[in-house]
Amino acid sequence: MSARNIFTRPARLAAIAPYGWMVLFFLVPFGFVLKLSLSQVANAQPPYLPVFDLGAGWQALIAAVSALSLDNFRLLLSDQLYLLAGLRSLTVAATATVLLLLIGYPIAYAMSRLPRHWQPLAMILVIVPFWTSFLIRVYAWINILQHDGLLNQILLTLHIVSEPVVWLSTDTAMYIGMVYSYLPFMILPLYATLSKLDPALLEAAADLGSSPLQSFWRVTLPLSLPGVGAGALLCFIPLVGEFVIPDLLAGSDSLMIGQTLWLEFFTNRDWPVAAATAVMLLAILLLPLVIYDRFQRRQMVRS
Amino acid sequence: MTGRRFAAMSRFNIASLALGFAFLYLPIVILVIYSFNASQLVTVWGGWSLRWYTAFFNDEAMLAAAATSLRVAAVSATLAAVLGTLAALALVRGERFKGRTLFSGMLYAPLVMPEVITGLSLLLLFVALGAERGFWTVTIAHTTLTMCFVAVIVQSRLGSIDRSLEEAAMDLGCGPVKAFVAVTLPLIAPAIAAGWMLAFTLSLDDLVIASFTTGPGSATLPIRIYSEVRLGVKPEINAICALIIGAVTLAIVTASLAAKLSSRRGGNAAPM
Repeated sequence: MSARNIFTRPARLAAIAPYGWMVLFFLVPFGFVLKLSLSQVANAQPPYLPVFDLGAGWQALIAAVSALSLDNFRLLLSDQLYLLAGLRSLTVAATATVLLLLIGYPIAYAMSRLPRHWQPLAMILVIVPFWTSFLIRVYAWINILQHDGLLNQILLTLHIVSEPVVWLSTDTAMYIGMVYSYLPFMILPLYATLSKLDPALLEAAADLGSSPLQSFWRVTLPLSLPGVGAGALLCFIPLVGEFVIPDLLAGSDSLMIGQTLWLEFFTNRDWPVAAATAVMLLAILLLPLVIYDRFQRRQMVRS
Repeated sequence: MTGRRFAAMSRFNIASLALGFAFLYLPIVILVIYSFNASQLVTVWGGWSLRWYTAFFNDEAMLAAAATSLRVAAVSATLAAVLGTLAALALVRGERFKGRTLFSGMLYAPLVMPEVITGLSLLLLFVALGAERGFWTVTIAHTTLTMCFVAVIVQSRLGSIDRSLEEAAMDLGCGPVKAFVAVTLPLIAPAIAAGWMLAFTLSLDDLVIASFTTGPGSATLPIRIYSEVRLGVKPEINAICALIIGAVTLAIVTASLAAKLSSRRGGNAAPM
């Protein structure tokens, strides 16, 4: 028996508690969401009809299964509100991700070009805002963007505009909030790949006569693609289901899917439709995950 | 020639760094400055004052919410530190075991899962179990989310530790558990501490999951702040936010100083 194996068994025992915890509090709850999404709303507490009760026996189970309904999903697909919310979530998340890439890449790149002993400090400076509350960061922008807020005051004093601009409750405000809140998630994976890049490759490219722009385009950028993928995914997926930022910064005329879920649950108290919305959101999110998985495997095969 | 090229590049780099960090920090700095504003109107500067801090310390509902949040954060971060460390151990040292893929999937998924889904699904579980919603349901929900972050942080630290140290301890007669406690645990302690801190702040910060899983009487601070913010900007909220920012900054500075100190003593600190 090698020394490794002696470690393996206690390590496997260590898995029991977290494994059980995650199965009970992460996996099983999805079953409840799925089950609820197939049941009917009811005027009860909790406000839905039970789909089946294992205590009621086999006969009841069969009756319950035949009563399962796809009504909630039919509603989601027929009512434009939900389709529009799904579509808006995807376009908003995609736009915000592109903005994050455009803003985060130069910062991550510059960080990787800093002298070695400055880099840990720069990394801490990127991480620190991430530790301060998410809600506070969104709230800080409400302070700045509101009607008589700092931004309008500055613009008015500099005579750039003649009357206050409406910033709050617009998509612009929402995108600012998204970029601001998710920037560390984009910068860190980008920085991680860029800082591992061998400078000798760039020197070689320069020696072979390529301009800095060319070597960036043909050497740096392709080699940093794994970081781009990781950063984009890390931002895109939570952004699709984002609730707080659009709720506080965007207007209320068009909703994202996380907002409709919240609305169905807390305002309309229609738990089954909320659950169906959650299932739809999950289905939407599986697609980018599968694409990323493919992408990563291809990278692994190549290297 | 090349020298000038690189100089031009670095000017661009300096500009992106300066603008980037200004973008990251200015809104927070502005928020903190406005929290000292004497004026009733948030945006009109009326001189320096601590009146909104006094207002907060006299607001009993807010204080109760803050106390709930701190309790939830402390308990859930501690549970998460234990469970997350065990999970990291299983992933790094457990080699292949049955259901390992599912296990790591379950640990990574909550990191990117939209909070509305996590919140809703946990609520449905609590309703199905007939659990009374309140302090413990929020704490369990936060533990579930934050133990995954702890697992990731501890995992990266654990992976970089030389196993021969443990093997040497065992050659000298330690059992595997004792070798772990005596040799490895002190080495990964900074990572566990960083994980605990991250779990604590994430819990303190969470609005969505807490909204789903809390019950009457245990509103957390973000829930209270959110309901106030929806009605508009209030100077008192600025003061609360400034207090939270101050506490977090203090914690980070202390942690990085402690990490520096322990690395001077010969160990090397965790990157976070």
